[in-house]
Amino acid sequence: MLGWGVDRLRADMSRLLAILFHQGVLDEQFLQLQQLQDESSPNFVSEVVNIYFHESEKLFTKSQGPTCKTDGYCDCRLDREFSDYKKMGIHLNQFMGSSSSIGANRVRNVCVAFRAASEQNNRAGCLRALELLEHEYCYLKNKLHELFQMEQQRVLAAGARYPLQQQQQQQH
Amino acid sequence: MAITGDSRSQFHVLAVDDSLIDRKLIERLLKTSSYQVTTVDSGSKALKFLGFQEDEQGNPDTPFGSPNNHQEVEVNLIITDYCMPGMTGYDLLKKVKESSSLRNIPVVIMSSENVPSRITRCLEEGAEEFFLKPVRLSDLNRLKPHMMKTKIKNQKQEEDQEELKISEIQSDEQQQPVQLPSPQPQPESQPQPPPPPPPALLLQHNNNKRKAMEEGLSPDRTRPRYNGIPTMV
Repeated sequence: MLGWGVDRLRADMSRLLAILFHQGVLDEQFLQLQQLQDESSPNFVSEVVNIYFHESEKLFTKSQGPTCKTDGYCDCRLDREFSDYKKMGIHLNQFMGSSSSIGANRVRNVCVAFRAASEQNNRAGCLRALELLEHEYCYLKNKLHELFQMEQQRVLAAGARYPLQQQQQQQH
Repeated sequence: MAITGDSRSQFHVLAVDDSLIDRKLIERLLKTSSYQVTTVDSGSKALKFLGFQEDEQGNPDTPFGSPNNHQEVEVNLIITDYCMPGMTGYDLLKKVKESSSLRNIPVVIMSSENVPSRITRCLEEGAEEFFLKPVRLSDLNRLKPHMMKTKIKNQKQEEDQEELKISEIQSDEQQQPVQLPSPQPQPESQPQPPPPPPPALLLQHNNNKRKAMEEGLSPDRTRPRYNGIPTMV
């Protein structure tokens, strides 16, 4: 029974990842991260991604309460005044770089557009880009959390399976 | 003394990047490739780690560089991000190449932006490679030759110091006059990159003394200028 759960979870994770790649939410850099994960560094992907979320949230000044509720609605706000385009440009560069480093393809692309708008002092463009950015960022965050939850469940299920197998082996 | 095949754990890389994520990434990439890694988040911390001393100049009266090694730990390669607040990767590269004790350490620059003029500038300043981010495992395969070159050179210099001590005790007439056949480029010279000596040549003891004297005594020797090398993107 538990074995079936593990396989089911693995299939679900593969499906979710396939969707995310197909949508362009993730790109092959994410695959690189997965390849770097092994027995010596078993949680590498989730560690890096969690750093990414933690660092990114510093870029958003929060209006109120926690960010990114699980129903997908995002509470994060970049400085809506856009008072300092230069500072925003610096933040965007950082965000762009880290998004690229984890394979967050769509987020990165919105950053590019956002940066272009800020370089032109295009306020309307910046507002639009900010909306898009919030949307993409929250979507990414929710989906990756989903993925990591499934992974955790899979590990637990796989761990629960082994004591049964060991008992069977001892009986021989 | 032969260098064994996959002895990469004896290579120590200093990685410099202000982004925490990129530091984590490069550290993992390097460890996966079996290198020892130290990461720092700024150029100034990198220089501190290297034991850099601001007023250090190359002294022509002391050949073979300064015997007192200011480095606390041996670093075989520096890999640095280009865009960093304060001291950029380019500034760090310059400081390293201007330092007599550090200039032999190969430097690699990383950048998320593909700017050809930036790449050229770094290569001209003495960077060995320029990697576009995000850096891949396959990129790291290009690092080993640069680190091997330094190891061989350091070993050779150590051996030559021994040789020279012995020969100083012996008579001077046996020394050949120092010739400069010069595979090394002269300063302000033609666009000729110095051909990397094949490892077999370096391991011979015959021409080592002469080569060492060329390298040590030539006060005009600037850091190598790379002209005419195809830009790596």
